[in-house]
Amino acid sequence: MWSKLTLFISIGVLVLMALGAIFAPLLAAYPPNEMVFTAFQPPGEAGLLGSDGLGRDLFSRILFGMRYTFLVTIVATSLAGAIGVTLAMIAALNKGWVDIVIGRAVDILMSVPQIIFALIILAISGVSLYTLIATMAVLQSSTYFRVTRPIAGDLATMEYVEVARLRGEGLSWYLFREILPNMIPSLLAQFGLGLSSAALFISSLSFLGIGIQPPAADLGGLVRENALALAAGRWTPLVPAMCIAAFCLSVNGVVDWLVGRYSDRPEAR
Amino acid sequence: MSAFANSPVRSFVLARLASGLVSIFFISILVFLGTALLPGDAANALLGQNATPETVLALREVLGLDRPLVLRYLAWLGNALQGDFGTSLSNGQQVTSLLAPRLVNSLILASSAAVIVVPLAVGIGLVAAMHRGKVADTVIGSVSSLFLSMPSFLIGYLVVFIFAVQLGILPSLSMVRASSSLTAWMIALALPVLTLVLVAQAHIIKLTRAAVLGVMSTDYIMMAQTKGIPRNTIFFRHALPNALSPIVSICMMSVAYMIVDVVVIEAVFNYPGMGKLMVDAVAYRDIPIVQACGVLFSTIFVALNFLADLLAMLINPRQRLPRKGN
Repeated sequence: MWSKLTLFISIGVLVLMALGAIFAPLLAAYPPNEMVFTAFQPPGEAGLLGSDGLGRDLFSRILFGMRYTFLVTIVATSLAGAIGVTLAMIAALNKGWVDIVIGRAVDILMSVPQIIFALIILAISGVSLYTLIATMAVLQSSTYFRVTRPIAGDLATMEYVEVARLRGEGLSWYLFREILPNMIPSLLAQFGLGLSSAALFISSLSFLGIGIQPPAADLGGLVRENALALAAGRWTPLVPAMCIAAFCLSVNGVVDWLVGRYSDRPEAR
Repeated sequence: MSAFANSPVRSFVLARLASGLVSIFFISILVFLGTALLPGDAANALLGQNATPETVLALREVLGLDRPLVLRYLAWLGNALQGDFGTSLSNGQQVTSLLAPRLVNSLILASSAAVIVVPLAVGIGLVAAMHRGKVADTVIGSVSSLFLSMPSFLIGYLVVFIFAVQLGILPSLSMVRASSSLTAWMIALALPVLTLVLVAQAHIIKLTRAAVLGVMSTDYIMMAQTKGIPRNTIFFRHALPNALSPIVSICMMSVAYMIVDVVVIEAVFNYPGMGKLMVDAVAYRDIPIVQACGVLFSTIFVALNFLADLLAMLINPRQRLPRKGN
């Protein structure tokens, strides 16, 4: 009962945010990057949430900011999953030195905090939408490898995979038709957790000024831009930050439900 | 002595130490390659507008940029091991002398928060485990889930909004100097430390609870229950000693992550620590500083993780035996 309620609220929040991001150009009352008001007007007087330090409408900027946050989050997480899972399957099928090399590389990647790694890479490569997504995808792929490598190893020795191999199916057949479908349940949960950690990651980078570059801003960048207004007693800069929290909380709510569904005990906590 | 030479403890410690060193070694290579791969090297950067092909060539020779990559790496590594990370590109100061006070500030921030959060969060985690499934457990669980979903800068600004803006009792920015008095330090540290505590507590609480409940579901605890031993005795005398090893390792790991959380929290409070230094350096692409901070952050993180494994093993004698499959 309780978990169902959490699930419905979570899905509701996610749908609402997705609609807001998709239809941002229709929903936003003002263009996000134009100065339509005077600086720091309070909510109500100018737009729904007031204006920022340059007189831009904060609510419109949040709608467009969600687009950046979700775009980077979804693309980076999908890429990370694809890289990690592919490497895990290759490692599981090849065993031997390929397995050892990939495993050690992932160990090294995971032994250093991701944000420090990202800062080093972005300092070298420079910050752009592509380098951001690539950096996040590579760093987060290590988690998918860790999760799927043992599962893929177990599956690779299953009889039906052996049968497929003996039947003479090609590599891609038994990777994508035999092994991958059986990893979906554990991958789904991991993908969900990946989405919320990716959203927190890109937001933190943008908050530090090393993510999406102005005048465009994602949710984390909006917090950075408006931090000054907060010190002046305005609560509106907290809104974009709370959007990130709402997104992560909702994704985690859906993941909890998924994990509960696939585990043996439905009420397992 | 000869018994120790072949003991599993020794080989475990050596193996963990070796893997930690390998990680740091690879980070140092990556960090070094950063300079080599940059379009336009340090010579160009230093000369800026005045660069002519001849002066660039001359300076490259002086800086040793004309030597092969491997030799340059070894020279850089040798200097780095002696604490010399070169000079900052933006102001020409010694990286080490810029870094040292910042590192001290970051360590003060992280260790103050660690001293508070470790006993507090472990205690709350134990309370949740003792009252499993009851109201206290549900409330603790929901609150920590909420905190885990919040970006750390949101927690920071909520703290600022409540204590600095609404109540007006503490400053929102942390202006500290080495010469500041102790009270000035404490006032400046209060909000950043509180934020760091709030950021780190949720993980420790959740994992502590899980560790204790893991032990509570074992057969020997059920045996103790069927013997009729009082609940509290089971919890504190039978379960807790065996949960101690994972709890200690959870705490050390959380402290390691606090060193990283510092990066964002220092930006919230404009606190002059190493995280702020590194972020600013990334923005200006001041590579020597990024290199030094990156290597230092990684080394601290790897070292704390090593310590976590070591302590867990010392507390739980069973982990000293060689594990099968390893």
